Amino acid sequence: MRGRADVKNRYVREVTQKKYEYGFTTDVQTEVIERGLNEDVVRLISAKKEEPEWLLEFRLAAYRYWQTQEQPTWGHLTLPEIDYQAISYYADPTKGNKKNGPKSLDEIDPELMKTFDKLGIPLEERLALSGTAVDAVMDSVSVKTTFKEKLSERGIIFCSISEAVREYPDLVKQYLGSVVPYRDNYFAALNSAVFSDGSFVYIPKGVRCPMELSTYFRINARNTGQFERTLIVCDDGGYVSYLEGCTAPMRDENQLHAAIVEIVVNENAEVKYSTVQNWYPGDAEGRGGVLNLVTKRGHLRGANSKLSWTQVETGSAVTWKYPSCVLSGDNSQAEFYSVAVTNHHQQADTGTKMIHLGRNTKSTIISKGISAGKSQNSYRGLVRVASKADGARNYSSCDSLLLGSECGAHTFPYMDVCNDTAIVEHEATTSKISEEQLFYCNQRGIPTEEAVGLIVNGYAKDVINKLPMEFAVEAQKLLSVSLEGTVG
Amino acid sequence: MLEIRDLHAGIGGKAILKGISLTVRPGEIHALMGQNGAGKSTLSNVLVGNPTYEVTGGSVTFNGKDLLAMKPEERAHEGLFLSFQQPVEIPGVSMVNFMRAAVNAKRRYHGLEPMSAGDFLKMMREKRKVVELDSKLANRSVNEGFSGGEKKRNEIFQMAMLEPTLAILDETDSGLDVDALRIVAEGFNKLRRPETSAIVITHYQRLLDYLRPDVVHVLMDGRIVKTGGPELAAEIENRGFDWIRAELSAGHTETERP
Amino acid sequence: MSSERQYLDIFTAHREMIDRHSAGVLNALRGKAYDDFSRMGFPTRKVERYKYTDVSAAFAPDYGLNLNRVKFAVDPREAFRCEVPNLGTSLHFIVNDSFYSRPAPSLPEGVVVCSLKQAAETYPDRVAAAYGRLARTEKDAINALNTMLAQDGLFVYVPKGVEVERTIQVVNLLRSDVDLMANRRVLAVLEEGARARLLFCDHAADDRNFLVTQVVEAFVGERASLELYELEETHAKNHRFSNLYVDQQRDSRVTLCNFTLTGGLTRNRTDLTLSGEGAAADLYGCVIADGEQRVDNNTLIDHRAERCTSNQLYKYVLDDAAVGAFAGRVLVREGAQHSRSVERNANLCGTREARMYAQPMLEIYADDVQCSHGSTVGQMDEQALFYMRQRGIGLDEARMLLKMAFADEVISAIGLDPLRNRLHHLVEKRFRGELGHCSGCRLCK
Repeated sequence: MRGRADVKNRYVREVTQKKYEYGFTTDVQTEVIERGLNEDVVRLISAKKEEPEWLLEFRLAAYRYWQTQEQPTWGHLTLPEIDYQAISYYADPTKGNKKNGPKSLDEIDPELMKTFDKLGIPLEERLALSGTAVDAVMDSVSVKTTFKEKLSERGIIFCSISEAVREYPDLVKQYLGSVVPYRDNYFAALNSAVFSDGSFVYIPKGVRCPMELSTYFRINARNTGQFERTLIVCDDGGYVSYLEGCTAPMRDENQLHAAIVEIVVNENAEVKYSTVQNWYPGDAEGRGGVLNLVTKRGHLRGANSKLSWTQVETGSAVTWKYPSCVLSGDNSQAEFYSVAVTNHHQQADTGTKMIHLGRNTKSTIISKGISAGKSQNSYRGLVRVASKADGARNYSSCDSLLLGSECGAHTFPYMDVCNDTAIVEHEATTSKISEEQLFYCNQRGIPTEEAVGLIVNGYAKDVINKLPMEFAVEAQKLLSVSLEGTVG
Repeated sequence: MLEIRDLHAGIGGKAILKGISLTVRPGEIHALMGQNGAGKSTLSNVLVGNPTYEVTGGSVTFNGKDLLAMKPEERAHEGLFLSFQQPVEIPGVSMVNFMRAAVNAKRRYHGLEPMSAGDFLKMMREKRKVVELDSKLANRSVNEGFSGGEKKRNEIFQMAMLEPTLAILDETDSGLDVDALRIVAEGFNKLRRPETSAIVITHYQRLLDYLRPDVVHVLMDGRIVKTGGPELAAEIENRGFDWIRAELSAGHTETERP
Repeated sequence: MSSERQYLDIFTAHREMIDRHSAGVLNALRGKAYDDFSRMGFPTRKVERYKYTDVSAAFAPDYGLNLNRVKFAVDPREAFRCEVPNLGTSLHFIVNDSFYSRPAPSLPEGVVVCSLKQAAETYPDRVAAAYGRLARTEKDAINALNTMLAQDGLFVYVPKGVEVERTIQVVNLLRSDVDLMANRRVLAVLEEGARARLLFCDHAADDRNFLVTQVVEAFVGERASLELYELEETHAKNHRFSNLYVDQQRDSRVTLCNFTLTGGLTRNRTDLTLSGEGAAADLYGCVIADGEQRVDNNTLIDHRAERCTSNQLYKYVLDDAAVGAFAGRVLVREGAQHSRSVERNANLCGTREARMYAQPMLEIYADDVQCSHGSTVGQMDEQALFYMRQRGIGLDEARMLLKMAFADEVISAIGLDPLRNRLHHLVEKRFRGELGHCSGCRLCK
């Protein structure tokens, strides 16, 4: 099989890394607080955001709990040591504006406008992607939320969480921490203590949100962490599709991103949450990159509620993320679709938890992992069927694709079933990219790089198809770019 | 022998049969025709006691006994056999073990001793020939890896083994080519005894060419809307069902028996 | 450290007696095992591989130990029979943890099947070269505890190129008038090209609480072939902790097949290392559990060389309040190209109280591999049940047939006809509730 070996040698050739497209920095006057973390810092963040007393208490309780905990080590990850005192926990690039953030476009620093334009997220509504409202967050502050007025005509609230705390304190108080309590885990506690901005969405009863809601997160300032907090509440019979995108500049040191997303889905309501995660992954030697340590969870509280998570994970040096669903409502349905690509020295340990509590609940997990370079890519998932969850159904399928002989692909599913009417199925495969397919493409004149992109996109199609259209195009491009240079 | 009176039934709260009445006497062959969704398969499933379906009204007696009060296996012991439209595959359960369990359960029900292994295998061999079922199939798991035609032949083979008094053939002709159809139909004719009755559910004339029904019923929206002799089947083959629907809306129906 | 204390104390108080009734090779490792065990203690449920079994609780009660090697008064051959019809085996007994010596039936020349203690005295070099090499005491408390206390067990040696036609059957019989702990040790060495088939049958003859640790180390040389069948038919008061280690050299073949029919707490750890190129391993497990039974199978298949294949199939049928756990990890190391691995686990839960934990894991560091795993938890196919009822088969019988079909997939993997038929028969009896829970085994001839 000499021919095969030749082909193989030709394919497995490292080429220099394609430049990370979003690696630029924005030169904008940013107010950054002193590095370090203590109770005074927590109080300072709360004060800067003019928060009510109960929220400060929540933060302090979380901070005190965090101090008693240790960073978890169970992930299949080698986390660089994080010096929590070397990070600044608040950075405001809208400094110079009013304390509550800019209200109109004229008040936004033109540099910020330019930044978001460059990222493909125009903040002027007339330039916006059709049918998408955007909350643009840089570092710790929401810069601008578009289409707010239009949405409010239907009673939909879409604003930054800071604004929600001021304008709708009762709603925030009712739901904040109700899905992810600050005691949930180490990073959830940290986030609860120091969270800065993020989005708040409230869909009233019976309202279908007429446009996609989207939040774009950007880390800019040096040595800062981003601790966003998103809360989505979809009331009875409501519907919303929500998108999240993120990028960061190229820096040699790691940047910490510890976010929380909480979603509440009431009776007959439906929420779709899509993420294209493209934080800076570090360079080809594994220097720098974002540490993406995120807790995302949805609570399907009402009967017949639906929640789907779709994620395309291509960025970050380390990803530790398990968007989960608690299916309490009878007949509720949850889905998790994931594509995770790791290259160079990236590490990802990602998956989901499906906790079936209600009757006739149904969950689907489709995970596609693609590992290249020297990266490690793990799926970790839990499916639990409680004893009262009669008729629960789960189907999980986790596939891993390996490109190159120095990377790793791992699957760690946990199934815990104590109900005799439940059906839980899990299947997984691991294989390498097919040389026959690559050769077939070559023979038809398609260069190998492009062929890899094609094959990987085909492999991930089931997940990509779940994304809203604009996002799907973006995700396809990202998949190809992330893997450029992996197979020569 | 079978007496259906004003039978109402459905699935998951949805009404499908809306008052079926039908009498089958010993030795009679009834054909049940109708479009998809008319309720043909629901009727056959309800008769054999499929727990997925709910009976909401009416009565069914079989040889004077209340059929609806019996468990599915008791109905089988009493002589009711359904040739399934889509026979289920049961991996790991061999045909031999399966048939022996079925034959002996019936014998037990009728107060007979279980059959000896030798007699049983002899019976398997003989009956198998009638439907030209390969001996290899008999060593496989129930229906597993059988082609569509093999599955249908296997149904008729099981009918031969269990010697029912009333056989329901639910679209036994679907998915069969001409030769397979002939084997199945001829097998059925060879196996049936004079007193054996049958309800034959089909869309097509060609199976009826072999089986020669005494009575033909047309089922529409959960009711028998027309009953006639074999010529009715031929007419449906030529003209479809629309003319019956048209007749119905025009107000005159014929349901008298020949 | 309360559960551990009593074992550490027994060891320090009776070390001299333990050594005196054992052999030098075994005694040589006790000191280190003691240090390792006192350092680690029993694993908590936070330790990944012991997630589903509470080890401390099982070892907490007070059990007697036969450190002074008091002989079992009755000939086990007369007290017990565990015959497999039509299978002439080379039959041996281990009563609790003492090998019951008797002139063995004729085996090919050079083949050794004897007491481990005796082997360690007769062939000290051969035993020393293997003993404790796979079952390391540093990382596993059960290994450490067993190595610290075990005085005897079984030794099997098959020389180069020798095929042992006759199945070597070992009945592990638990026999005691007080609650008893037994620490059993098995060492099997198959040289290049050797072939052997082992059958271990576990029974409990008395209605007492038993706690058994068993550590098995099997070395399978180049082109050698080992089949190991384990059958547990004990009772609800038995607690079994078995650690099985297998090392496979180039082109060797291993089949491991484990049936848990009755028992109390069963924990089987299996670590199999594919060290040489082209080695192949098949692992099968079948668990039938009801009442309060707990069965935890934990496997690791370590692909270290190229072109190795592994295949796992574990099936559980759980009823009543039984708890089943299956965690199977397949590790493909860097450079272990052309590895092929299939892992399948299927489980039937018959009641609301029964609970199944399933955790099939793939950890892969080589790219030219084909690995897959699948795991399901469910119930019997309703359609199949109805089909059978339509044919006149009663519901209970139909369920029986389906359960039997479910288990048969594992049984049919047994290469030896008489044994396969025997297991088929036993499993069927078990499903029919006709298999005694073994407390009166002296009578069940």
